[in-house]
Amino acid sequence: MATEVIGSTEQYNFEIVKKFSIMAVVWGLIGMSIGVYIASELAWPMLNMDIPYITFSRFRPAHTTSVIFGFGGSALFATSYYIVQRTCQARLFGDGLATFTFWGWQAAIFLADISYMLGYTQSREYAEMEWPIDILIEVVWLSYLAVYVGTIMKRKQPHIYVANWFFLAFILATALLHTFNNLAVPISMFSMKSYSLFAGTQDAMTQWWYGHNAVGFFLTAAFLGMMYYFVPKQAGRPIFSYRLSIIHFWALVFLYMWVGAHHLHWTALPDWTSTLAATFSIMLLLPSWGGMINGILTLSGAWDKLRTDPVMRFLIVALSFYGMATFEGPLMALKDVNALSHYTDWTVGHVHSGALGWVAMITFGSMYHMIPRLWNTKIWSEKLIGTHFWLATIGVLLYITAMWISGITAGLMWRAYDQYGNLQYSFVDSVAAIHPLYVMRAVGGAFFLTGMVLMAINVFMTIRQGDREAARLRATSPTKMTAASA
Amino acid sequence: MFNFKHEWIETNIGLLLVLTMLAISVGGMVEIAPLFFIKGTIEKVDGVRPYTPLELRGRDIYQREGCYLCHSQMIRPFRDEALRYGHYSLAAESQYDHPFQWGSKRTGPDLARVGKKYSNEWHVEHLVSPRSVVPQSVMPNFPWLLTTPLNISDITERMMALRKVGVPYSLNKQEYDANVKKFGAKTAEMLNIADARKNLIKQAQEENYDGDRSNISEMDALVAYLQVLGTMVDFRKYDDDAFVKYR
Repeated sequence: MATEVIGSTEQYNFEIVKKFSIMAVVWGLIGMSIGVYIASELAWPMLNMDIPYITFSRFRPAHTTSVIFGFGGSALFATSYYIVQRTCQARLFGDGLATFTFWGWQAAIFLADISYMLGYTQSREYAEMEWPIDILIEVVWLSYLAVYVGTIMKRKQPHIYVANWFFLAFILATALLHTFNNLAVPISMFSMKSYSLFAGTQDAMTQWWYGHNAVGFFLTAAFLGMMYYFVPKQAGRPIFSYRLSIIHFWALVFLYMWVGAHHLHWTALPDWTSTLAATFSIMLLLPSWGGMINGILTLSGAWDKLRTDPVMRFLIVALSFYGMATFEGPLMALKDVNALSHYTDWTVGHVHSGALGWVAMITFGSMYHMIPRLWNTKIWSEKLIGTHFWLATIGVLLYITAMWISGITAGLMWRAYDQYGNLQYSFVDSVAAIHPLYVMRAVGGAFFLTGMVLMAINVFMTIRQGDREAARLRATSPTKMTAASA
Repeated sequence: MFNFKHEWIETNIGLLLVLTMLAISVGGMVEIAPLFFIKGTIEKVDGVRPYTPLELRGRDIYQREGCYLCHSQMIRPFRDEALRYGHYSLAAESQYDHPFQWGSKRTGPDLARVGKKYSNEWHVEHLVSPRSVVPQSVMPNFPWLLTTPLNISDITERMMALRKVGVPYSLNKQEYDANVKKFGAKTAEMLNIADARKNLIKQAQEENYDGDRSNISEMDALVAYLQVLGTMVDFRKYDDDAFVKYR
């Protein structure tokens, strides 16, 4: 009879989801702390302290890798493993393989961060990992694909839920992008150093095809998968339009892959490529907003939840930032706007309105929904979620406002002429002009990080509370359980 | 009548995988593959050559320190950029750059044509302590470049790897002769892998980039690289609109 009890608690593999959830919080703390530190280095360069390992230019990839792949990646592994089991009503395929994806992924992020600080980098933005780490990631990723597809094949009902389409597209696209963007020849089998297979223009195009789709699939499609499960769950209502989800899914995955070259407007990349990318960037607005509308309107009829439920607030504000960032993106992909915005902080602000406003907020909301359920308890402090929400929102707003002003200021100063037709400002004039905004950005980041710390405390206390309740249950109930099963 | 139902895809994991893979493959194939075949992608222009061994090591250090995160190497065809930085960058100028270093952000100025604009002494001073020459700068100090001896033990391996990906460093007489024809004898010497170490030491000692002849520091290599950036093409030889047709 005891086996039956064990069998029911192990219907799903939640151990792996728990592990990834905890690491998402840990990487969030690490990545955002580094973020605030490097933002401060730009405002107060003495913080570089002449230490090579934490000098801005070596430390910055540790920030991006920790938040995108550490925080975002772990959150995606956690939620996708949770969602695929729940929606397929099947236990995760391959326990051992899933555990391998956990340790393999954590090792890859940790090794990547350390290697950047030591000076090993491919100097490809968001793909800085050198070749041995790339191979590790490739193996982990293919295992992830196997676990995911394997689980879907075990599903107990004919339909594959829409969230899983997005996760599948994200896994496939990431595999494709990672493989082709990291083609390189090592200088020897015993050296970390390698040179990329492609050069110049072709290399730039490949990198930004990767770079923008890291945003498109890693930071968007996958988080839409998260959204498609947790928004309806938290709202207690079905998704607004099933038909819209079909249309915007196919449009999104098809169109995204064309837009990378808008990072290379006005460069030595041929005009036809960047014009094509600009065109597709504008079209991409439609499926992006399709997803946002589908998510937000899921709440129609239950709008009062925004007042009473801080988790819902995170989810809906995340969707609002998603809508805003995906409007701003096509705007910046117009060549004339790009002529001003490119190379400035406007881009940095845009990325963060997506990364903090959309990606991090939807993750916070989803985690606050999922973590109490994983540990079979209630959240430790609902009030703290509310505080976290306001700290995060104020933080993002400070951050992106600073970067808008700074970006447009610098962009305008670079192209300003005096009455004789000469350049009005030297480059360093623009550096001095935007300095106060660098301080403001660091403050915004500090707000956001403080919210993250509150979340870590809340999650820690919730887990402790869940463990204690479980222990109490074990201590008091064995007699009852045997009695019940008898 | 063929009556399509999206339900077919939703209930068949194989079909869903295949169709998704198709949908995500098109964009890259259309935009990347032709860049390898369309002739005008890389302009025809004289002067662009692979880096000398010392410049190459400097470039490695430029990558290692993450300079690309704050400095672009891609001048756009605008009047203000022409005034500030010089002629807009050509695709040909980064044809031997594995990987490219175009960058995406100008926290500091573009460096595509920084070569020969400042003296070696200025670069050394600026890299060790940027605010001593530009008070409002927010660039970090890189003092260790001056005190760290340059590792040249694997210079041939580095050039061999680059040769594998298509950079014309020569390994035999035939390749050497081809380089003489293409770049001239003096440059061909520098591109010969067998003489890499000798050439590297010679260039560092002759030019003495870091102001200290007693050793070859990482500073020697980095400054050598910075001083060659954007100097290979002599734009005086070309009409103003010579490169428009390639765009």
